[in-house]
Amino acid sequence: MSLNREDVLKIAHLARLGVADAEVERYADELSNILALVDRMNAVDTSAVVPMAHPLDGTQRLRPDVVKEIDQREAFQKIAPAVSDGLYLVPKVIE
Amino acid sequence: MHLKSVFDLSKALREKKVSSRELVVHFLKRIEERNPELNAFITVTQEQALKEADRADVLIARGEAGPLTGVPLAHKDLFCTLGVRTSCGSSMLDNFIAPYDATVVERCRDQGLVMVGKTNMDEFAMGSSNENSYYGPVRNPWSLDRVPGGSSGGSAAAVAARLVPLATCTDTGGSIRQPASLTGITGIKPTYGRVSRYGMIAFASSLDQGGAMGLSAADAALLLGAMAGFDERDSTSLARDQEQFTDNLEADIDGLRIGLPRQHFGEGLDPRVGACVEAAIEDYQRMGARIVEVDLENTDLSIPAYYVVAPAEASSNLARYDGVRFGHRTENPQGLEDFYKRSRSEGFGAEVKRRIMIGTYVLSAGYYDAYYLKAQQLRRIIKEDFQRAFEQADVLMGPTSPSVAFRLGEKLDDPVTMYLCDIYTNAVNLAGLPAMSIPAGFVESMPVGLHIIGNYFDEARLFNVAHRYQQVTDWHTRIPLGFE
Repeated sequence: MSLNREDVLKIAHLARLGVADAEVERYADELSNILALVDRMNAVDTSAVVPMAHPLDGTQRLRPDVVKEIDQREAFQKIAPAVSDGLYLVPKVIE
Repeated sequence: MHLKSVFDLSKALREKKVSSRELVVHFLKRIEERNPELNAFITVTQEQALKEADRADVLIARGEAGPLTGVPLAHKDLFCTLGVRTSCGSSMLDNFIAPYDATVVERCRDQGLVMVGKTNMDEFAMGSSNENSYYGPVRNPWSLDRVPGGSSGGSAAAVAARLVPLATCTDTGGSIRQPASLTGITGIKPTYGRVSRYGMIAFASSLDQGGAMGLSAADAALLLGAMAGFDERDSTSLARDQEQFTDNLEADIDGLRIGLPRQHFGEGLDPRVGACVEAAIEDYQRMGARIVEVDLENTDLSIPAYYVVAPAEASSNLARYDGVRFGHRTENPQGLEDFYKRSRSEGFGAEVKRRIMIGTYVLSAGYYDAYYLKAQQLRRIIKEDFQRAFEQADVLMGPTSPSVAFRLGEKLDDPVTMYLCDIYTNAVNLAGLPAMSIPAGFVESMPVGLHIIGNYFDEARLFNVAHRYQQVTDWHTRIPLGFE
């Protein structure tokens, strides 16, 4: 699988990464090389194999639906870039 | 002092021949003097370390000390430490003061271990050379123009240079074993689910596992014993009884069945590294071990499968870094989308961006079955290969890395070549098995690591097998020139 310029820009947008114009070609090459490595997976027919999500087939544990965490908003917001009245500030979304 | 084993340090502390404060001051001084040439530490926590040492000395005086009380250690800088910067080797988290402790950090403190600092690493644990750190590369104490391996390169270099007797580390595709191999120390990645991932900054959650580094199997066994155990705050933590990994160290290994995977001795392996590994296996035979050849037929599929699973999970895990709640935030953005994109592209380094993009691509609409699902099917095939091998053998052995440490910059321009460093280690993470690397000789004056892979939950046997070898060899006691 080889990626072109448009592919790289589309992926970067999906990942919310800014890519400078000068970097696009390099990314296209590097990502294509990695995908060429990955394509070796197709050497084996796995149509009958059950996918493995956890090596020991562990499943999600459940716990009683009771509150255990305490409110630590102040501690968590102390390291935030911009807060006001307990809210996180971001650029205006709706004009 | 810095040449003693943790067992000896522990004894000296309890017999009051040395205080924890004296010990911690000694190691802090070594770090201050020798770290500038290695760059193994991102943060040194001097003040906090002295306080913790004094607390340890009180416990020792009261006779309430455990075997690790008062012993210094370093944490890889991806374990969250309350009130201390936890950078994960990234500019994204350069200003991140963790608001809580990782379970591993908490447990180590409960055992009286004294944290002296946080070690350097490849950004978000993505790399095999430690050159991907925002804080600059770590240098290998055996030769300062060579890499220490990665991603736990700071922890490995710090232990190898005797700047600290023990260090925590993590392994997603080889990040404990490869640097342990390249710096001539002992490192273990336990069974997936043994060590809590709570507070361990996530890279690829189905592969990430914390582990221990030290100068010997016995020392690493002590540290892993402190770290491991069930934690309800980690959804994939395994409910197992607490184990003392040191109990079984001395057991006889006469009759041990060692499996040699044919695929770990083939093309791509430096024959001089292969010769060291074969010599180690002969040492085992002299101790009564039996050798069987085994097949891990799908070894060459592990790297392709790994480079789907790991980036896919990374792209999902790293979506949280948005510049809103913590971490790097761009200045003067033009709207929210520009805010996200610039915060993220300024905060992440090149390798992290590559992996996020690969992950985003393989998870994007229409590609899931061809990539992620396919890779999960391969994981099962790889696991079944191991299970067949363990019907014939108690442990598997081979080289940890196909070559000794390479030079800084040597593989930096070619990501795919760098990925091939982990050819023998990736499959172990995909299968979730425990494995370790121990020193087994030198090539060009650089250390060679012996890779020992165990069956699920067989860590105690791995330590036993490694310890018996370390009783008849002295590779693990060799010290890099100038760091005596």
